[in-house]
Amino acid sequence: MNSVKEEIEKSGSKMSSKTSQKIMNVVFVFSGILTLLILIVIIGYIVIKGLPSLNLNFLLSNPIDSGKSGGIFPMIISSLYVTAIAVVIATPLAVGAAIYISEYSSKGKIVDIVRFGAQILASIPSIIFGLFGLQFFVISLNLGYSVLSGGLVLAIMALPTIFQVAEVTLSSVPSLYKEGSYGLGATKWQTVVGVILPAAIPGIITGVILGLTRAISEAAAVMFCVGSAITTPIFITDPGRPLPLHLYVLATEGVSMQNAFGTAAVLVVIVLAITFITNYLVNRYQEKMMGER
Amino acid sequence: MTNSTEETGIKSILLITALFSIFVIFLIMAFIFVEGWPAFADYGFFKFLLGLKWDPNNNIFGVFPMIVGSLYVTFFALLLAVPLSLLCAIFMAEVAPNNIRKFLKPVIETLAGIPSVVYGFFGLMVIVPRVRTTFGGTGFSIFASGIILAIMILPTIISVSQDSLKAVPNSYREASYGLGATNWQTIRKIIFPAALPGIVTGIILGMGRAIGETLAVIMVAGNVSQIPSSIFAPVRTLTSNIALEMGYATGLHYNALFATGVILFIVIMILLLITNYVQRKYKMDVGGGTL
Amino acid sequence: MDKIRSENLNVYFGDAHILHDVNLKMPENSITALIGPSGCGKSTFLRTLNRMNDLIPTFHHEGNVYLDDTEIYDDNVDVVNLRKRVGMVFQKANSFPKSIFENVAYGLRIHGIDDEDYIKQKVELALKSAAIWDEVKDKLDQSALGLSGGQQQRLCIARTVAIEPEVILMDEPCSALDPISTLKIEDLMTELKKEFTIVIVTHNMQQATRVSDSTAFFLNGQIIEHGPTEELFVNPKEEKTEEYISGRFG
Repeated sequence: MNSVKEEIEKSGSKMSSKTSQKIMNVVFVFSGILTLLILIVIIGYIVIKGLPSLNLNFLLSNPIDSGKSGGIFPMIISSLYVTAIAVVIATPLAVGAAIYISEYSSKGKIVDIVRFGAQILASIPSIIFGLFGLQFFVISLNLGYSVLSGGLVLAIMALPTIFQVAEVTLSSVPSLYKEGSYGLGATKWQTVVGVILPAAIPGIITGVILGLTRAISEAAAVMFCVGSAITTPIFITDPGRPLPLHLYVLATEGVSMQNAFGTAAVLVVIVLAITFITNYLVNRYQEKMMGER
Repeated sequence: MTNSTEETGIKSILLITALFSIFVIFLIMAFIFVEGWPAFADYGFFKFLLGLKWDPNNNIFGVFPMIVGSLYVTFFALLLAVPLSLLCAIFMAEVAPNNIRKFLKPVIETLAGIPSVVYGFFGLMVIVPRVRTTFGGTGFSIFASGIILAIMILPTIISVSQDSLKAVPNSYREASYGLGATNWQTIRKIIFPAALPGIVTGIILGMGRAIGETLAVIMVAGNVSQIPSSIFAPVRTLTSNIALEMGYATGLHYNALFATGVILFIVIMILLLITNYVQRKYKMDVGGGTL
Repeated sequence: MDKIRSENLNVYFGDAHILHDVNLKMPENSITALIGPSGCGKSTFLRTLNRMNDLIPTFHHEGNVYLDDTEIYDDNVDVVNLRKRVGMVFQKANSFPKSIFENVAYGLRIHGIDDEDYIKQKVELALKSAAIWDEVKDKLDQSALGLSGGQQQRLCIARTVAIEPEVILMDEPCSALDPISTLKIEDLMTELKKEFTIVIVTHNMQQATRVSDSTAFFLNGQIIEHGPTEELFVNPKEEKTEEYISGRFG
């Protein structure tokens, strides 16, 4: 029988393992660069094309001629309304559910069911939320075409996002902290409020921001609920038109490509700014916590 | 004693919040199914599902072209997105040095954060005209939709695959290097197979996102309700069908659009069950190995 | 003859100086045991011998390691080929999530062998020389993860033996095993040294006395004493060695 060495020489492999390693290294680096390029091209294109329209007047004035010219002030207010409603309603529900799952439930059926529920909710296509919002909030609950109806739909969409992040964060709080608190005779709720939540706050905020970004970017789910009015909503029962929906209408109905670029740029800048600012704040909070310990 | 009543009260409130999402799911299902039901019952389930013609003005509601349309754009998107995202995930998890990894992570997160209408708008202004000048036709096509969807599902597949690659125990890598394997051999023969269940989950999740995407597709797909003849032909998906016509639909037309939603919902549930099955089976395999 | 030897070897992880001027000769067809308390650098030294430490970004070194007369840290040395010549068995059995057969065949395949008949013969031979053939011959296509810890460790030895290395490094190969499995592996080592040069890190001093020909005692990154095993244990020259082997610290 040949030795391994002889056998390797005999088979004289088609391509040496070192050559294929080198080729793959190039392929890998290329894939990374390509992904980066996609992002740069899209954001760069939108921002550069939208920049000429970006001025205070565009941001603070009403649209003229259903968006042919003028600004996007009502859309900014609509976006603020629906997003705020979504976050205010979804956050307590999601964080409450996460606290229940990570601290109060004995691991078992109910945990699996709630987690699976969140998974389902996160996977349902936004257009189905749109159908549901129309039939339930607008028609059955008679909330009408309003930023309230839109906000409620977005709350349901943001719910699983916030829940999933909050649950991971809560369950990764070291049991050392919890034991320390129980050891002092604290009740469960005291421990949750006094020890667990403060330690988990950065993660929970990240979850809320992710939910918020999902809400502020969404158009399909709200298109049948908010009424698509181009007036500024004053009360939550007024109709409105959030930025993504405005962009969709401007672009598909060919109203004004210049204003569409402006709207897209505003949307992109808002989302990027939210993401970067939160990342920065969360990192700083974590450093501060570490420093004090 | 007050303490324990208070605790019980708090526990019940938290339980209600935990069960809220389950309640909402049933509510959504109830409303969609109830409104969609007449389209199945009065119009006929198979006539609806397999009908080749969609003509609301004459009360003809066949969604088969849209089912085909959804499948076409989804698979074309996967075809483009899977190779790139797997390479990128492997690059980030196994090959790239730490500083490049730290740099790429926010890139992927930002890609995931861009609103879908912005992707659609980009497709409308950049991809569609390029397709038109290069391949002819209107440019509104499966091809353009697939490109936009592929970009949109990149971050999903990359981040899930990357997580499962990272979860492969380091001892496998050491053992393979210890035998004189190269990095690429170790990835291809050990790490990738071990991470495969997670990678499959990521691909299915990306698939779900592609099937469920609405407005970005409407903006680039052309939305003609017929079975497309080529990859450069316009196409209408299940989601677009709902979004395009919901604004003015009444009567049976209204029900038919909800029924389209029912089909979409069922497809997504099936995909979700598959991912859960894959994950559970994978965990059992590992559990059996620790004996 | 010395198969592998280190000369004035210093190892650093970042700023931490882990090994100080280590000089050690490991003779061919013998078993060298490395003993010492946790954190003394014996595992780091072992991993320097097949350049596994290269995987740690902060690693750097001074001094030399020679395999036969080749300096293994020389620029023109191929790490992949080095690790084929200097195989390694790890502390915890790290069989791949593949079949028993494929675990052993893996090393052959990655080095370009594609003759299935040859691979089949070689796998059988390797499993036999790792004394596990009888236990697994009927279930070669089953997952290796279904084997017991001791069986998996012998499978990992078979996997290493299959590619015919010249040196086998063993990093506390029995620390996770029960006494019976441990004895099986110790018997196996004395068999294997007929063909291979073995370097083993062990916490278990009885194990060192049972299997090794020479022993090196590490403390704080230095070799305190090195010599024939019997001599070192019966008649240690250094006070520290005596304290350690009589169980006064570590």
